[in-house]
Amino acid sequence: MAYKHYVLVCGGTGCESSKADDIFTNLKTEVANAGLEHDVQVVKTGCFGFCEKGPIVKVLPEDAFYVEVKPSDAEEIVKETLIKGRIVKRLAYVDESGKTSAVPEEIGFYQKQMRIVLRNCGLIDPEKIDEYIARDGYAALEKVLFEMTPDQVIEEMKISGLRGRGGAGFPTWMKWNFTKQVESDVKYIVCNADEGDPGAYMDRSTLEGDPHSVLEAMAIAGYTVGANQGFIYIRAEYPLAIKRLEIAMAQAREYGLLGQNILGSDFSFDIEIRLGAGAFVCGEETALLASIEGKRGMPTPKPPFPAVCGLWKKPTVINNVETWANVPVIITKGGKWFASIGTEKSSGTKVFALTGKIKNSGLVEVPMGTTLREIVYDIGGGIKGGKAFKAVQTGGPSGGVITAKMIDTPIDFDNLVAAGSMMGSGGMIVMDEDDCIIDVAKFYQEFCVEESCGKCSPCRIGTRKLYDILTKISEGKGTMEDLEQLKEIGEAMKRAALCGLGQTAPNPVLSSLHYFYDEYLEHINEKKCRAGKCKKLITYTINDNCRGCTLCARKCPVNCISGEVRQKHTIDQTKCIKCGECMKNCKFDAIEKR
Amino acid sequence: MPTEQKTDTVFSKELENFIAEWKEKPGNLIMILHKVQSEFGYISRGAAMKVAEMLDIPLAKIYGVITFYHFFKLNKPGKNVIQVCMGTACYLKGGQAILDETAKHLNIPVKGVTEDGMFSLESVRCVGCCGLAPVVVIGDEVFGKVLPEQMPEILANFSE
Ligand SMILES: Cc1cc2nc3c(=O)[nH]c(=O)nc-3n(C[C@H](O)[C@H](O)[C@H](O)COP(=O)(O)O)c2cc1C
Ligand code: SF4
Ligand code: SF4
Ligand code: SF4
Ligand code: FES
Ligand code: FES
Repeated sequence: MAYKHYVLVCGGTGCESSKADDIFTNLKTEVANAGLEHDVQVVKTGCFGFCEKGPIVKVLPEDAFYVEVKPSDAEEIVKETLIKGRIVKRLAYVDESGKTSAVPEEIGFYQKQMRIVLRNCGLIDPEKIDEYIARDGYAALEKVLFEMTPDQVIEEMKISGLRGRGGAGFPTWMKWNFTKQVESDVKYIVCNADEGDPGAYMDRSTLEGDPHSVLEAMAIAGYTVGANQGFIYIRAEYPLAIKRLEIAMAQAREYGLLGQNILGSDFSFDIEIRLGAGAFVCGEETALLASIEGKRGMPTPKPPFPAVCGLWKKPTVINNVETWANVPVIITKGGKWFASIGTEKSSGTKVFALTGKIKNSGLVEVPMGTTLREIVYDIGGGIKGGKAFKAVQTGGPSGGVITAKMIDTPIDFDNLVAAGSMMGSGGMIVMDEDDCIIDVAKFYQEFCVEESCGKCSPCRIGTRKLYDILTKISEGKGTMEDLEQLKEIGEAMKRAALCGLGQTAPNPVLSSLHYFYDEYLEHINEKKCRAGKCKKLITYTINDNCRGCTLCARKCPVNCISGEVRQKHTIDQTKCIKCGECMKNCKFDAIEKR
Repeated sequence: MPTEQKTDTVFSKELENFIAEWKEKPGNLIMILHKVQSEFGYISRGAAMKVAEMLDIPLAKIYGVITFYHFFKLNKPGKNVIQVCMGTACYLKGGQAILDETAKHLNIPVKGVTEDGMFSLESVRCVGCCGLAPVVVIGDEVFGKVLPEQMPEILANFSE
């Protein structure tokens, strides 16, 4: 049954936190009040990507795109757009230049994007399997089961050139092939949904918006390598994604798409969910498998690789959520089609979580090879508040910075590694002139100190040492030898640490040291933090604008400001804790921060 | 901390059934601990002892697992758990100031619980809404684009 109009309401975590639920309910009520329930379907979808401007509501077929919608706007949307066919201008997106765009095609944020992984996010109701099926869902599974041999599937994957999206970019077909070739009565398929990079949420949105795409892909891999059981290892911090996966699995079983004899074939496959428990190292594959086994999530040396000896010592294919989400489309549209997108060695698209000091923060999916400039300026709309661009951190705590100089580099696996960073899972954090490169390196190092599992000393001791040195530098106590030490320890960790966490933990330090050496020197020689972030290096002073209103003296938590009423005040620098309260409160611009 | 070897912690029927269902499954411990924590809000010594008893595994193994994973709590949290996101996106946009302000307002340190047991304060790493940074989660409600000065007002709504 087709409806005349569809009203799509974003049900991603971002928008749900801004009352998308009430918007959904109100829209349904208004539609019913207007007697339109047979003509209009209101659907709650996954994330549209434009979370910064959420909650998002879209009306089809008009393609009207509304941002920052409130529950009280429901009535107007129904009356104007659905009944009279008019756009509610007030709710349309207005860009920098004041241009109103009522349809997504006109919005810069969407123009350079290409949606393969997120093909269904923001389009279908993720809690209804029929909507996934209506968009070619499970066609790929049917195709492999009845028209393809496992070898043909591997061949198709090879042609596609798909590389793992969880970090290292290992060719997916090779992993599958290793597992396929091992003789074993039991094999496993695992989905890595641990998404540990703080500041990235691609996997979360994919699972919330299109859970079936991952289930379908895992079943395809199961058929290909000869596995009958899959596990999804997901962060316990993602309750909505877990709920949608559970619903999706139940529906798939009901439809005979999971379970015994799928679609009447002699292939059986089922999936279970296992919850992570807040340990970053469990994103590393051997640690993840230990965790599924119910143990402490400590990595083990490779080889043996999981593909040969993984979960409960059985051959195990483990892929990332985004890798999985690509698989069904590759099967239905063909590996050649997929390989034609992106660059020669990095085919397809990549989803990035574009965050930080950017105007349009959100989830963006672009063909591999798109430049950073296009992502930051064309899609992201540039830096917030007219500040200057400083750098972008990719790869989270395992990655590094890309600077303004490299802004025209096409982004793919190999170029990022050449630049001293890495793709990682797809976090892209934009920094502006107010961010201190040493402060950010210290932030990541602190994270690594906390997350190091402690099994090997290069990482356990190394992360701590790096952190201590960075702290020293941020307090103006650093020396030139410290810089040498950072490099030496970092290089040693890269060689000697047992797992990827320790091997990559020095990356943010080494890369920032390489590209922002002058800032390190400034902290050491001039005791200066140009971004004003390193508290120990800034001073607050009162200038001649001071009217002696006494407000700052009353606000200062340590009472270190003195002066007579209507006289210029002064700050006792020995007691000041640099909290900035005085500056925040002064109405006469009399307090300076240096 | 109680020293007796028997425990008087009582599990709900639902929890007992869950454990019975998972008992024979390999790798069940973490799933069972999640379920215990979702019932009590934390894993008390008594609860850990009871799980050890029911699964017939050493208590030390359970503590090995609980202490490895940050998600599991050994102490009773407040009625409303405040999680201030300190993931990268939120950190750059002032997560620290929110954390400081909240700690100051409630007069408790991070990881602390207020005297009346109403609130506990935690810092967490990315809750997956980075587009809304800085983010605070209270119970299961997410607050985005939070300013430090809004915290007292937000908390007031949870005080009853
Ligand atoms: C410290 C560390 C953390 C990791 N975290 C994740 C993660 O959160 N999600 C993920 O998919 N892969 C993560 N990985 C990569 C996995 O070990 C593994 O390479 C990946 O799941 C393989 O899937 P892919 O080939 O589809 O990328 C991490 C690796 C390391 C060393
Ligand atoms: S490198 Fe770090 S996280 Fe990895 S095994 Fe060694 S101590 Fe553990
Ligand atoms: S608040 Fe500003 S004007 Fe007033 S006393 Fe302080 S510095 Fe002077
Ligand atoms: S920065 Fe804080 S401590 Fe220092 S003078 Fe201002 S209010 Fe007082
Ligand atoms: S959560 Fe609604 S647009 Fe991302
Ligand atoms: S960094 Fe705070 S929600 Fe991701």
